Amino acid sequence: MNFPILSSLILLPSIGAFFLFFTKSKKEDNKTVKYVALFTSLVTFFLSIYLWILFDQSTSEFQFIEDRVWIEGLINYKVGIDGISILFIILTTFITPLCIISVNNSIQKRLSEFLIAILIMESFMIGVFCSLDLVVFYLFFEAGLIPMFLIIGIWGGSRRVYSAFKFFLYTLLGSVLMLVAIISIYWISGTTDVVKLYELGIDAKYQNLLWLAFFSSFAVKTPMWPVHTWLPDAHVEAPTAGSVLLAAILLKMAGYGFIRFSLGLFPIASEIFTPFIYTLSVIAIIFTSFIALMQEDMKKLIAYSSVAHMGFVTLGIFTIQQQGIEGSIIQMISHGLVSAALFLCVGVVYDRMHSRLISTYGGLVSIIPKYSVLFMLFTLAALGLPGTSGFVGEFLILMGAFKDNFLVAVIASFGVIIGAAYMLWLYKRVIFGKLINQDLKQMIDLNKSELFILTCLAIPTLLFGFYPEPLISTIEVSISDLIKVYNMNLTGY
Amino acid sequence: MINLELVLPEIFLSLSIMFLLILGVFKKESSKLIQNISLIVLLITAVITFNETLGKNETLLFNESIIIDYLSSFMKIITLLAAFLALAMSSNYLRIFKIFKIEYPILILSSVLGMMVMISSNDLIVFYMGLELQSLALYVLATFNRDQLKSSEAGLKYFVLSALSSGLLLYGCSLIYGFTGSTNFNFIANQLSSDEYALTFGIVFILVGLAFKISAVPFHMWAPDVYEGSPTSVTLFFTMVPKIAALTVFIRFLYVPFLNLIDQWQMILIFLSIASMLFGAIAAIGQNNLKRLVAYSSIGHVGYALAGLATGSNDGIQSSVIYITIYIIMNLGLFSCLLMMKRNNEYYEDIDDLSGLSKNHPLLSLSLLIILFSLAGIPPLAGFFAKFYIFKSVLQQSMYFLAIVGLLSTVVAAFYYLRIIKIMYFDKEKEKYDTDHSLWLKFSLTASTLLILIYFVFPSQLIEVVSRINII
Repeated sequence: MNFPILSSLILLPSIGAFFLFFTKSKKEDNKTVKYVALFTSLVTFFLSIYLWILFDQSTSEFQFIEDRVWIEGLINYKVGIDGISILFIILTTFITPLCIISVNNSIQKRLSEFLIAILIMESFMIGVFCSLDLVVFYLFFEAGLIPMFLIIGIWGGSRRVYSAFKFFLYTLLGSVLMLVAIISIYWISGTTDVVKLYELGIDAKYQNLLWLAFFSSFAVKTPMWPVHTWLPDAHVEAPTAGSVLLAAILLKMAGYGFIRFSLGLFPIASEIFTPFIYTLSVIAIIFTSFIALMQEDMKKLIAYSSVAHMGFVTLGIFTIQQQGIEGSIIQMISHGLVSAALFLCVGVVYDRMHSRLISTYGGLVSIIPKYSVLFMLFTLAALGLPGTSGFVGEFLILMGAFKDNFLVAVIASFGVIIGAAYMLWLYKRVIFGKLINQDLKQMIDLNKSELFILTCLAIPTLLFGFYPEPLISTIEVSISDLIKVYNMNLTGY
Repeated sequence: MINLELVLPEIFLSLSIMFLLILGVFKKESSKLIQNISLIVLLITAVITFNETLGKNETLLFNESIIIDYLSSFMKIITLLAAFLALAMSSNYLRIFKIFKIEYPILILSSVLGMMVMISSNDLIVFYMGLELQSLALYVLATFNRDQLKSSEAGLKYFVLSALSSGLLLYGCSLIYGFTGSTNFNFIANQLSSDEYALTFGIVFILVGLAFKISAVPFHMWAPDVYEGSPTSVTLFFTMVPKIAALTVFIRFLYVPFLNLIDQWQMILIFLSIASMLFGAIAAIGQNNLKRLVAYSSIGHVGYALAGLATGSNDGIQSSVIYITIYIIMNLGLFSCLLMMKRNNEYYEDIDDLSGLSKNHPLLSLSLLIILFSLAGIPPLAGFFAKFYIFKSVLQQSMYFLAIVGLLSTVVAAFYYLRIIKIMYFDKEKEKYDTDHSLWLKFSLTASTLLILIYFVFPSQLIEVVSRINII
């Protein structure tokens, strides 16, 4: 394979953004811009599907590797994918076109700049998931801050400035320590190439500090309790498409980072810190679920539920069991689909009523039935009803957790119940009940593009709920080998 | 036999200055002509430096008091190019303030000459001579807008404080001379015995003087006032060109005669570096005047450059040189934006004047956005790589504290850069600015933005050039 398919995946959206920069369209009618953006993101999506077809599931070796000297004697530009990364790439390329379709009503001003930001963001996110060099990874990981800062700050709600700053500074603060760790790894092991580092291993005496430095970055990005506070703010203020990107993909970068780097590079430290992660995860699951119960703002509620769901993800990853990690990845994919859909659902009613408060609504079922059905589907998927992708993830994670630590698993299982409580309560208050607010009668049901987007998200949610096999078979070998190497390294020292 | 062609750039520059002075006396209304000739002179000097000295082996001239090596040639070329652009960009500004006089380019040329002598110096006396030549020119430049109170104040303040620091520096020189018997760097290196505590005093005094020249904390007090008070075109010159020369002397002074005393000066440098990085980041937050803000941000950036020097390794020196080069590129872009903020022949320099810039001038604000993110050190822009090399060399020496403090202060610094971006992009727009900018202004803004933006495609080139600097 000589064609640099991964680099083209990374570059394609940026090239699209570059063309958008020069595309002029009439003031009233922003269609040209939108079509260019949509076309770019669809091409990227189909290219990534083609990648999945070419992808060889039987091996855990990195595939489609490109290795070029980038800074002489220092960094190689190295990209490649294995079973874990490919799913995230497809999630990214799948969600982005939906975001672009969804900007119809919500973004009024500076549409072309918005689309440029989203496309550049897509480039960076694909880059994160396929980089095989720590410095390249860091570059993409951090670069994503710029477009996201602008998306929240320019197109966000009333407290957008505060939220944009909080988002930027929190994540930057977490990440700079990772940079120290990356450079230290270069001096300790002589390379930042992930594949080589897997083989070499990192001296045991450095692992704890390095692990903590990486953790500080990933914990903020995940986000884990107690550094999750930027997320509700960012979500609430970001425009719908921004929230979708943030929830569906940005948060996954950290989960991916935990699997790829924390487990892969620092097995000894990971083993030591597992109880620590368990504690934080369980607190996140229980604590943020209770907070979610109390929210008045729909977006905030979903944001807190994201924190709880990511708590499950970190819990699953550090069980170091086949089921646990598989569950985490499926949970991340599922959360990507479901939370994206939920934010879009909130966006739909927000565009019509300009309110995100739960108390504004009630009794929507008789006014907008189509919306109510789809909203219900995603509510149920979020609380992990069997038959939706949410169930598969949570079930596998808990299975892995029961194997590893009974107590943690039991507490986490309670989280599932509270999760059901706040999601169902949200649904009840918004959709059922008496129709008190008479303005709601003016609401129109989903239009074509909204229906299309939500259906697009509903299909994989249901499909992977009943038949998760395509996901599992893609990641299976990579994960079992990861665990094998992990255990080998653990006993090797 | 002395190879005069190695000092040809300096000779050519001094002859041109004299010629221009005479021309200015005899020809009336010649400011434009002299400005143009000066620009050409700077370019020709750069070309001569490139042809005659770059790539030559290390050579010592005039009783070993002048050194011509790769570092000096490289730094001279950067100085000349930066001075060229600074001068080229300033003409419109000077015209509007009615200070477009023949002295301006000539003063810039003489300060550049002083800097070139500093860069090449291998002897305390020669170094001091160059330093005073450039400082004297700079005092006058700071007060160039003499009808304005602030400008006169800036010049006076700079003069008094600078004279004080020069005094300290001279005292340090005399101590070193007294205990080693020579002012020559190589000679001092051979004579050195580390148990002379008085020598340490000498080093400290000289470091104080140098720290003053590059405005490192705690010797930075003059910088915000002088930067704010001087005409913007002079501030542009101040923030870039003298720093190159002073940094070179820093390198030369610490690494040639006193490398063996690294235990003595390393702590001082680490302190200067940490204090500058932190102070630059924190103090800039409260500023509302862009020029003051740039002053504090330049204090911070000097801190990073010093962090590279504190390592005591060749990698550290190279990373500092890379840092200052990239910093100059970013600074040029930043000041081009500042010089573009004019409306009806009046310049605006408060942060609030940038309000809503992105609506009226999308391209200008996009460039400024890129430059600011780069100054904040966000990948994949050039500023990130500059910091990356610095921290790479710092961590090579296992100086974790310095690295972590440095990186944390980038987070603090990010705040005030973001604040400018916020004002440009999130706030309500104001009136439009003029768009009739000079070609040089547009050129330097475009060039610096593009260089910052695409630096990540070719990061090796600059490293390759700089990696030929070998001091140790």
